[in-house]
Amino acid sequence: MASGELASKTIHELLDLFEKKQASSEEVLDDVLSRIEQHNPKVHAYLESPDPDRMRQQLRDQWKASPSGRLRGIPITIKDNICSTGVEVSCASRILKGFRSPYDATVIERLRREGAVIIPRANMDEFAFGSSTENSAFGGTVNPRSKEGDARVPGGSSGGSAAAVAGDLAIAALGSDTGGSIRQPASFCGIVGLKPTYGRVSRYGLVAFASSLDQIGPLTKDARDAAILLSVIAGHDPRDSTSAPNKVPDYEAALDRLPKDVTIGLPTLPSKGLERNVEARVQEAVKVLGLSTVPIELENIGQSIATYYVIATAEASSNLARFDGVRYGARANGGSLMDMYLDTRSQGFGAEAKRRILLGTYVLSQGYYDAYYLQGMKVRTLIKRDFDEAFKQCSVIAMPTSPTVAFRPGEKMEDPLQMYLSDIYTISANLAGIPAISICCGSDADRLPIGLQLLAPPFREDLLLQIAHAYEQKANWPTLRASLRVPH
Amino acid sequence: MAVVTPDIVKQVAMLARLRLEGKALTQLAAQLDEILQYVQQLQAVDTTGVEPTSHVLPLSNILRKDEPQPSLSQEAVAALAPAAHPPFIAVPKVIES
Repeated sequence: MASGELASKTIHELLDLFEKKQASSEEVLDDVLSRIEQHNPKVHAYLESPDPDRMRQQLRDQWKASPSGRLRGIPITIKDNICSTGVEVSCASRILKGFRSPYDATVIERLRREGAVIIPRANMDEFAFGSSTENSAFGGTVNPRSKEGDARVPGGSSGGSAAAVAGDLAIAALGSDTGGSIRQPASFCGIVGLKPTYGRVSRYGLVAFASSLDQIGPLTKDARDAAILLSVIAGHDPRDSTSAPNKVPDYEAALDRLPKDVTIGLPTLPSKGLERNVEARVQEAVKVLGLSTVPIELENIGQSIATYYVIATAEASSNLARFDGVRYGARANGGSLMDMYLDTRSQGFGAEAKRRILLGTYVLSQGYYDAYYLQGMKVRTLIKRDFDEAFKQCSVIAMPTSPTVAFRPGEKMEDPLQMYLSDIYTISANLAGIPAISICCGSDADRLPIGLQLLAPPFREDLLLQIAHAYEQKANWPTLRASLRVPH
Repeated sequence: MAVVTPDIVKQVAMLARLRLEGKALTQLAAQLDEILQYVQQLQAVDTTGVEPTSHVLPLSNILRKDEPQPSLSQEAVAALAPAAHPPFIAVPKVIES
């Protein structure tokens, strides 16, 4: 096969090739590694260059341990906030630089059990704070769908994961989604990104940003791959008391069983800043699906960003208090204990992390708690109720993932509020705890991808994947995908 | 009217163990003020009689059996610290003589 061809395949295509003995897992790994070597210096999806010998050793070990695993020999990358034994986990922050995890996250254990080969480690916004991956302390990532000479961001915060999959520098990836951090980069990079129901996937070993909103999920080249990966990582974990005891269906086996009576709810949305191309492609995609539609109202969706930036920053300020230079990570030396804390944190955190820590500390402080944090949690109840009501009228809700296609680096860096507002359509799923998927539904005049987002009631990932799969069949996904750019 | 002033931000920064001075402080204070002005829209939402949501799942009081499980060794944990005298973690002097 031509160079780069194996790296461009999906998980299920590769498993087929292995089965028919038309390709070996060694060839796949070598193809992926050579693409990383060739393209990562420019794309910067990875924070380190994988060591080929160690990767091949991992493959041999994995193949031996799990010869019939569902992910046998498949190279998968993980966001730099998911712990893997012996591997550096920095959250793209200077404060954790050099930290090597002494244990595996539950999702890593599950990937390994099924024979996956893990390529460390995908770039991200520092501590997952951002929508462009520009907040990485180690430099941003370039969207592999960008035109030569007109670089775009990959979205964020799982921008490295999305760029690796879109650029054929990994077969699939894991990311984390607190307010859209899987779906928005999937949309910007023209791939599939799924945020599962809160509690569907264990958060054990995920460095916490906002504990009541964070979920780990797959970023893949198609819906079938997302179904395969979710089947592997989902399920109850005694080490995460917020993980749900609900049974995990075989999402892949159910892919073709889309019920006939599915109704799509179309909400009235805040349309400020919504690009015409995005609106048009999303409307077309809903038509292509050919399912019945019903208009719905999400009365409080306009409050979702304000609610999110109170709750998420409050939780983040508390979660990030642990980075104090004492037990792990970087420490600034000299002076008293207080100086050590102040210097470590002031030198270790980047600008956006400081902004969010301060916001969170402020909204939690005495005198402001009721007005901000408590009120935010009440509005969260109203947002959740809106979805409960909407799902009495429809099976799923459709809307754009992002109001725009991938923007240019620097465009929103000086204005944090503008950056926050770009998450308008993704944030409410996290506040309500419901699953949501982004799939590519075409591109604009510059061939920049556009994402269709589908949201479902809790634990109905099966429905999201079935509809995503049906769309790929009806929209002729191979042709659509071939129309998007890949670096070569 | 400003919601937060540089003085308030400086005070909050101390609570969060962050050092902020000069231009960085005034710039950040202005950004935080803009964000908080935006967030103030929440005050206008009628939440009379609405319970707060801190967690979306109908789970409560998740308990597990109180049984000893293998955990990381003291050596492995001390090895992560920026300064250590295994099995202890070293820190600057807390009590001055």
